[in-house]
This record gives sequence, C-alpha cells and structure tokens, in this order.
Amino acid sequence: MENRFFIEHATSGFDAYCDAVSDFTLEYAERETGVPREAIRDLAHSYAKASTAQLCWTLGITEHHNAVDNVRALINLALLTGHVGRYGSGLCPLRGQNNVQGGGDMGALPDRLTGFQHLENDELRAKFEAAWNCKIPPRRGWHLSGMFDAMERGDLTTLYVLGENPVSSEADKNRALRLMEGLDFLVVQDLFLTQTAEIADLVLPAQAGWAESEGTVTSSERKVQRVRRAVQPPPGARDDMRIIFDLAKRLGHDWGEADARTLWDELRTLSPMHAGMSYERLEKLDGIRWPCYDESHPGELFLHGRLWARPRVGPRAPFAAIEHRPPVDALDEEFPIRLTTGRRLDSYNTGVQTGLYSSPLRWGETLDLSPEDGERHGLDEFEEVIVSSRRGSVVAPVRFDPGLRPGLAFMTTHFPDQVDTNKLTIDAVDPKSGTAEFKATAIRIDKMGSP
Amino acid sequence: MSDQSSADAPSLTIPIPRGPVPKAPARKVRPPVEVTVDGTSVTVPDGSTLLDACRQRGVDTPTLCYLETLEPVNVCRVCVVELEGSRTLVPACSRKAEPGMSIRTDSERVRLSRRMVLEFLASSTDVSTAPELQDYMERYGADSERYGDDGRPAASQAQPPKIDNDLYIRDYSKCILCYKCVEACGVDAQNTFAIAVAGRGFDAKIATEFDVPLPDSACVYCGNCIGVCPTGALMFKSEHDLRESGEWDESKQQTTDTICPYCGVGCTLTLHTQDNQIVKTSSPMDQEVTSGNLCIKGRFGWQFVGASKGSKAFADGESTED
Repeated sequence: MENRFFIEHATSGFDAYCDAVSDFTLEYAERETGVPREAIRDLAHSYAKASTAQLCWTLGITEHHNAVDNVRALINLALLTGHVGRYGSGLCPLRGQNNVQGGGDMGALPDRLTGFQHLENDELRAKFEAAWNCKIPPRRGWHLSGMFDAMERGDLTTLYVLGENPVSSEADKNRALRLMEGLDFLVVQDLFLTQTAEIADLVLPAQAGWAESEGTVTSSERKVQRVRRAVQPPPGARDDMRIIFDLAKRLGHDWGEADARTLWDELRTLSPMHAGMSYERLEKLDGIRWPCYDESHPGELFLHGRLWARPRVGPRAPFAAIEHRPPVDALDEEFPIRLTTGRRLDSYNTGVQTGLYSSPLRWGETLDLSPEDGERHGLDEFEEVIVSSRRGSVVAPVRFDPGLRPGLAFMTTHFPDQVDTNKLTIDAVDPKSGTAEFKATAIRIDKMGSP
Repeated sequence: MSDQSSADAPSLTIPIPRGPVPKAPARKVRPPVEVTVDGTSVTVPDGSTLLDACRQRGVDTPTLCYLETLEPVNVCRVCVVELEGSRTLVPACSRKAEPGMSIRTDSERVRLSRRMVLEFLASSTDVSTAPELQDYMERYGADSERYGDDGRPAASQAQPPKIDNDLYIRDYSKCILCYKCVEACGVDAQNTFAIAVAGRGFDAKIATEFDVPLPDSACVYCGNCIGVCPTGALMFKSEHDLRESGEWDESKQQTTDTICPYCGVGCTLTLHTQDNQIVKTSSPMDQEVTSGNLCIKGRFGWQFVGASKGSKAFADGESTED
C-alpha cells in the first residue's frame, strides 16, 4: 500500500516512523476515536490507492495542544503514499480568513521575515537590515500565546492589537481579560469597538481592508490576489498602513507616503518568492501563486515537485515519529462531556462583522448536544443550562443535533455578548505552534437552579 | 533507508533549493470539428456546442436558460438555429457540433421562432427587470401586446413578491421558468436542492419543498440562484428596497472587484456600489476559483462595511483619539 519508490527516493526517518506507529492498530484507533475500524481501513485504502488525493484540514487539526504533531501525522500519510509534489495530490490547510496565509508570508510570525526567510539566519537578516537601514533583533519573538505568558511574567507590558479581538477570541477568557486589563498600555486598531477595544487605552479606527483599501491578500492555495477600494471609508477611519506610517513618523521615522503598491514593490525586492508578482501581472493573470521568482515565472501550481525530480533536488522530506497524546483537559466523572468549538455557516469568529447582517440561519448561541445526551440529562430542547469547565461557567440554551455523537458537544464563539464560550476553553498550548486547545474542553451540564 | 545524513536533513533557517516549475499534465486532445455557420466554415474543439461555434464565428446568439457554468436544460428555445437536414429547429446551447453540420442563425424561420418565444414570455411575465430579454425583443421586433392584456403579465402569473427574509426576495411574476436557479441550487453548484419546479403546465412554478417560506426550507442563502437569474425574479432585498423607494439608479453605480474577506478560498467579489454604499454583490463566472459561486457570508455579509447605525462602529469619529 505504501509508495516504496517515493519513500526510498525522497524521504528520511521511515524506520523510526514505522516503530512509532506499530502500536496503533485499527482496534486501538477504534477504541480511542469511536470511529469503526472498517471505516478507518476503507478510508486508508481509498487514500493510498487513489491516483491523486489531497489532505485538507482546518482548525480541527491545529487547535490542539499537539497541533504540529497532528499536522506532521498528516504529512506522514502523504509521504507514505507519495501523495505530495504531484498534480492533484498534496496537503492543504484551509485558511479561515482571506489573508491568514498572506500574514505568515509577510513575516507576521515570531521567527520569520517576509517570504519565510528565517530571522536567525544572519545573511538573510543582513539583507533586510541593509534595505531598511536599521538593526533587527537577531532572536525570534513571541507568538500570541507566548505573549500572554509574557504578560503573566510581567515581561510584556504594552500591546498593539491590529484587527483582532483577543478578549473574545482567546481560550480561557477570564485569564486573557485579566492579563490584558493589567497591561500598562493597550492600543487597538480595528473597524469596530470590539470587546478588546473597549478596554484599550487608545483606539485607532481602521478601514475595511478588503473594500475600503488597496492591497493584496493570499489565499489557501498560495494565490496572491488584489483587493481594491470600492467605497470611501467613514470619517475618521484610516488605512492600516497609513496609521502605521503616521505612527512611525511620530517616532521619528519618515517612511514617505503610505501607498500599497510602493510597499508591495519594496517587498518584491526582499522576498524572492514574490519577486515576479508585479501589480500588472497580478491584474493580468487574476492572481499568481507563490513562489514566483521573476516576471517570466508563471507561479507554481503545486509545491514539492522537487521530491520527485531525478536526481532529487534539495533535502529529503522527513517522517516524524510522533506519539498519540490525548487532550490536556481530561474527561472524568465530574466533567464527562467533550466540548469542541467552531464556526457556523453564516457567522464568523467573534461575530463583529457577521453580527451586522440579518441571517435567517442564525439562532444565537446554543450548546449543541446529541439527542441521547439531552435525554440522559433530562433536558428539553432550547432549555437553558449551566455549562461548566474547570475554568468557568456560562449559561446557554441546549439544541439537539443528531449529527453529534453521544459525549460530544459543540459551541461557537460568534456571540460573546450572549454567551462567553471562551470562559470554558482551555489555554493549554502547543509548544511548537503556540496554538491553544480550543477543540477539546471537558465540560459538565447542570440544570438551572441546581446547586 | 533512514539515511539521515546531516547534509540531507532540512534546516529551518536555510531556504530549500528551487525545484523544477511544476506543470499540469497535458490533456488528451481529440481532433477539432468543422461546421458551417451561415455559409462560413468554423473549426471548434471536439465537444463544443453549436452555440460555441456561433460565438467563435462572432454570431451573437440570444440565450436565456443557458449559462456557461450550468448544464443546458433546453427550455427557453430562444437560441434555436436551423440545422440543415433537421426537420425542427435545434437549440444551439446544447446541440453538440458534429463534423459537416451546417446551420443558419438568422433565417426567417429562426427569427420568427425567436420572436414568438420572446413574445410568449413577455406576454405572460413581467420582464421589466430583464434588460437582456428586452434587448432581444427589440432585435427581433417582438411585440408582446399582440397577445392582449396590453402586454401586462398574465393573470395566472401575477402575484406579489415573496419577502420572507432580509437577504433576498422572490418575485415569481417575473419568472420565465428557465430552471437556472434550480440548477444552481442543485448539482451544478450548491447541491442544496432547496428549490425545484412544482406543478405542471400553466401551474408549473419554482417552489421550495411544500412551498414553505425560505427560512423553513433547506435554503442556505448562498444566493447562487440570484447570481444566475436572468430576469430579476430573484433579487437582493437591498436592490428590491432601493427599487421600491425609487432610489435604484444603475447609471450612478460602479463595480469593483476585490477578494471576499471571510475565508481563505479567495473568491472574487464584485461589489456594486451606489452613493458610496455597497448595494449588492456578484462574482465573475470566468473566475477559476469558484466560477461565480459564493456562500452566505460572501454574498450578504458585507453590510458591516460603512455600518454605523445601531452598531458598535465609531464611524462618527467621536471615539477617534487621533
């Protein structure tokens, strides 16, 4: 079933990987996951035998304390079967916003400069220092959850938040709120007066990046696409870039006129993978996938084709020998139900944007339970209950969803003004990615008025 | 195996070398097909329709129920052409081009048939928000008043618009039963199957299951039906309201292509604006990402832009500590 040629030709660490997974039999997997062994086997066979196959995932894989291990486990499958680096095969994290990919590409990561160039590589850093005429600290910074730990230690006392609502969106909301309220100075730049903006010392009103500003975003398929201004922003709201330019000016650095295209052209001189993406070409080709090294380069339809080249180009792709580690927030008699969080079709994150259109599909926040669990707890549908975790409690109406299996519950974070779901979630963090375990909270359900 | 020599191990800090530029595998190409359009020979790729051949020849052929992104359903018959050797006229949108076919696209028979189709449609339905259909009528000299009632929609069709949600309205007095919305709701795009044709003959109409209001139906409000409707029977509520109040003015509107903010798929959103307000959205059908299809958030979730009344926006600048 495995692709022997590919394993030999392009990978490393296969034997250690085999050892690591030898205990994970179908029986074991069925016991751990509740998924019938036949279903697991059929899917595995279909995937391995398919002429082309892709693995796509969202936060259900990554919002765990072992997020990187989960992704590595998927990569292992692709390496095992050779479903990578070929047309129609591959691995694709489906991004949750129009520019999650672009944010990382631009260097909004603790250890990377623009174009994934590593900050701790002296040569790469020197290139940016020469272009920007400044010194860049040679050590990686903190990711989001690292910042909260730094606030806890007192190492981080001033925070500048752009277009994010961490008071509502962070796991373990009580802790997040306490730490952010304890900051010496909090700046929030956003479209709306979010729960985070409400506790800020300074609020900078921003424009809607996709309808009131010019620029680019990068989609899940690495495609850089143009966003354009369709309407003039409301009075007082300014372009994100202009706010930052003006701030730099106040701090003694005149960067000139804030202009999306000028900035993009500067980026093209520093990031080889974006070098060929002129605005004209982005316009003409309706977006270009990175890497695109020069103006005659078409952009790349898929990545890692080098692994199939003969002879192979570049280093081997390593298998990861990983262990199975269950969620941090363990189920027990006191907290017997597994809560997972996510989105509903018509709403988005903390509801700041989607809350402003009237959706016939929206019913507000509910604790979604299997009908069996509802019966076990003696609940009527839409009855309000107390939902508690080891960190906090909220009150929410119950909704029965036959799509859920017994023991599994679902809530969103779309309606923080109605139900603060993140008072329940755990901020157990994956040490490799800094992602919190939003997808696995242990909860209990109590009837209203019970002690 | 497992030869993890240090030179082979990837490093996080050192960029991985470039490989070959990846290419999509070449598709099998069958020999092209030669047909004759109005006496001129046209060569089209295998699998093309007569409509494709007409377009390649530069012949502007009217269509109502046809769309590039949908399977042809052959119901409107406005695209018919005269095929040599065929007893009846044939629909250009679905008839595959075969070697040696010869068609006439502007013969008297074709013009008469198209004119009558348009007259029948316009005499039974309200075509006031169907600019393409009106253009066709002018081109073919169609006069719907020939069938009485001063060209008003037939009594059996007249009915008030169904307004049962805040996102879009359904005005079936404008429906020509082209099936496009049914196709877009079904296998050709959304696979939701919230609507179908109910009833037969003159009673045929587009309806939800048991004709329930949309909020009680399977509708997921992707609005892909609005995107394909050729007559304005399906319309953004925002457009409907502006038309009702007499404020809708296409001469004052602009369109701007941008990217939907809501997820990483990267659907192109065409924002239609009037007086610095977004009034509706669409998505170009020739866009490779979703071929013009959107979801509820992309289609309708733009109302936060410029929102200030009753929202937490600080649009008035009062809380601007600038």
